[in-house]
Amino acid sequence: MNWISPWRLRRIGVLGMNRRNVAYISRYNDRSNYPLVDNKLKTKLMARKVGLRVPELLHTISTQHEIEDIAELLEHLNSFVIKPAQGSGGKGILVIRGRRPEGYVKSSGGIVDIAGIKRHLTNTISGLHSLGGRPDVAIIESLVETTDAFEAVSFEGVPDIRLIVFQGFPVMGMLRLATRESDGKANLHQGAVGVGLDIGTGQAIAAVQHNRLVRQHPDTNADLSRIQVPNWSSLLRLAASSYEATRLGYLGCDIVIDRHQGPLLLELNARPGLSIQIANNEGLLPRLRQVEALDSPFMSVQERVQEAMSWFGRSAGSGQEELWQGTEGQPATG
Amino acid sequence: MLLLFAAGVGTAGFRHQEYRIPLLPGEQQTVWQVEARIEYTALGGPTQIFLTLPPEQTGFRLLEGTGAAPGFGFDVDRNAEQRRAHWTKRHAEGQQALFYSLPVVEDPAQIVEPIPPGALIPPRWDEPYLTAARQVIDSLLPITADAHSMAVQLVNLMTSTPADQNMSLLKDRYDDPELLARLLTTAGIPARSVQVLLLEDGRRRQALMEHVQVWQGDRWRLYHPTTGPVPDSEKLLLWQTETPAVFEVIGGTSSRVTFSMISQDRSMLELAEESREPGFALSLYSLPIAEQGMFKLIMLLPVGALVVVFMRILVGVRTSGTFMPVLIALAFLQTDLLPGLASFILVVAFGLLIRSYLSSLNLLLVARIATLVILVIGIISVFSVVSYQLGLIGGLTITFFPMIILAWTIERMSIIWEEEGPKEVLLQGGGSLLVATLAFLLMDVGLVRHLAFNFPELHLAILALVMVIGRYTGYRLLELRRFASFEPR
Ligand SMILES: Nc1ncnc2c1ncn2[C@@H]1O[C@H](COP(=O)(O)OP(=O)(O)O)[C@@H](O)[C@H]1O
Ligand SMILES: [Mg+2]
Repeated sequence: MNWISPWRLRRIGVLGMNRRNVAYISRYNDRSNYPLVDNKLKTKLMARKVGLRVPELLHTISTQHEIEDIAELLEHLNSFVIKPAQGSGGKGILVIRGRRPEGYVKSSGGIVDIAGIKRHLTNTISGLHSLGGRPDVAIIESLVETTDAFEAVSFEGVPDIRLIVFQGFPVMGMLRLATRESDGKANLHQGAVGVGLDIGTGQAIAAVQHNRLVRQHPDTNADLSRIQVPNWSSLLRLAASSYEATRLGYLGCDIVIDRHQGPLLLELNARPGLSIQIANNEGLLPRLRQVEALDSPFMSVQERVQEAMSWFGRSAGSGQEELWQGTEGQPATG
Repeated sequence: MLLLFAAGVGTAGFRHQEYRIPLLPGEQQTVWQVEARIEYTALGGPTQIFLTLPPEQTGFRLLEGTGAAPGFGFDVDRNAEQRRAHWTKRHAEGQQALFYSLPVVEDPAQIVEPIPPGALIPPRWDEPYLTAARQVIDSLLPITADAHSMAVQLVNLMTSTPADQNMSLLKDRYDDPELLARLLTTAGIPARSVQVLLLEDGRRRQALMEHVQVWQGDRWRLYHPTTGPVPDSEKLLLWQTETPAVFEVIGGTSSRVTFSMISQDRSMLELAEESREPGFALSLYSLPIAEQGMFKLIMLLPVGALVVVFMRILVGVRTSGTFMPVLIALAFLQTDLLPGLASFILVVAFGLLIRSYLSSLNLLLVARIATLVILVIGIISVFSVVSYQLGLIGGLTITFFPMIILAWTIERMSIIWEEEGPKEVLLQGGGSLLVATLAFLLMDVGLVRHLAFNFPELHLAILALVMVIGRYTGYRLLELRRFASFEPR
């Protein structure tokens, strides 16, 4: 069993749960803004209004009546995604990537017919997949297609990129890759791989699975150290602008990259987790403090992104090789 | 917060000091039931009886006495220098017996400021006693230094053999106690004869004894007229100091007063309850017994809450539902830990099974919980019957678990199961049970129960603690493991 001393954690500047809750979330996030991020439909409508790019909203389904007519609505769609507006952890997300005469093709390759889709919609609006089982709305949105850059490392589904945006500054980032073990979901504690990203360049810094450094994707065996996120600065701009849109000072932005459209905002989170620090092998606190120390809050999105890139970016190669070095496929802890 | 803490602990301390509410459960004290019995023969007209009651004194705490007698009016006269019990009757004839019983608590912590003597009035002596007294005092003055030595020397002289000439003359005229007091006063030392009661367990028909109290500058000290200073260890209850007579009968003859006493060890709490002092009027003891029982549980909730806050914020244990563990712990209080744990796990496990079937029916939340409650009742009845048939009475304890707690726990757990997998269920369920067990162990400690109920103000201190923990922004214990993979750099 491995332990680390609190003094060392503090020296590294790791943000703990208590400090996150007291000093960041409750200080910088106004509760009245939570519904905006807790409901994906509201997030989407708001994002559309302020001009943030999101996967296109095709339909919303909130009554049983609308479900009866769904076949008509889906008639001319080849691919789409159904998700509950208040879902979390990938629950209730049905990804349809194509059509066959016998029905719709799921991302896993299985086939589902129109009756199956109706059943899924009924369950969704009755709240089966939603937090606390509340009745919900089903969102039908366009399918995001994995970019070439991630083709080799993605396993079942689109990888998403989590960015912590503090007072409009993207301070830390991580690419999340689903694994067989995580059942196609990008939740780290379920066994997904988290890849820390250099804020300056979008290059991979380190990768962890189950809190252990890894070098290869456990299912695809792709070399994780070679990952380079494309469109990095426009992606940062997208994340940074969500601050203006939500007024949440401490925000987790989930972004996916579409093959054709580039970075799209997938969802926002007012209580982003702390594992991102493990994937980056670095604490959040020094970065958050650097932003807090700043006394000119009126900066444009572009200025904030540039500042963040120069502050938090790593000069090429400095010591990073070592991190990858010690990780030839085995745990490299302690 | 510090203020809250201080207020809580302070009030508790004050009430302990002031009203003797014990800090520990089951603290024992010796209580003397002293009974004064007054007998007299009434002459057949109106009659009144006065009995002087003991003054407040160091070392003993006097509780409320009772003196009601059938046919007599009774009250306590507080106007006299010493309190007096007062019985009255319009017409009484023949042999009468009145009782006054007084519980007296032996309490070393009871300190009463002594009342200093007033201006010294030298007693009047007639000749030849004046000369004799002078000579006695003059002979002793050179060999004494203070009130104490003078008293000791006088007692020595009074009991010496062969007898001192002056002394035997005086002793012919005065009783020993009175003589001692007079001589001391003449020598300029405040002294008075007092009546004391020797407390001895099981004694009946005792009389008061006359002693002499001598002022030593800051306190009265007791002297026996023939043996001298009375050691503090002797259990003497001061009965009468001021009024001329211990008791007084109007309208009667051949009166006498005797005393009997027994001692018993009683818990301090009962005593504090009985004395019904203002500190208690404000306490939960003023509630009816049934409500008291409920409050005994309710007052434990904050203790459990403190455990939850501690475990979640400082240790980082995850629990399902914030205060569910406290409620579970409360249920454990009634079932006992092991049977409680076992039956809880069993019922929840079965419930989860059923729930997984329910979820395939796609019911709405409310209907789901309702169904679950009904099924939990079913499970519980089956368990109870089966375990009773098998002779395991422990199975019956399941019924103590509030149905809602069980149903809700099952509901929560199954949601977690679906959303985050069985591992999380084990983690959070285990966390909840761990916290519940700890809370139970703490709430089960007699001292904790006692303090929580008798010193409700201590909850202010708990409140302060909770608030202090709530502001803790350091690392949780379990985070030291979670982040253990950080590379040294
Ligand atoms: N429009 C989409 N196209 C393709 N994949 C999607 C789409 N929306 C969601 N996903 C996949 O589902 C995962 C979870 O989606 P997200 O909207 O973040 O829901 P949740 O709140 O449940 O995490 C994403 O990481 C992505 O892999
Ligand atoms: Mg997500």
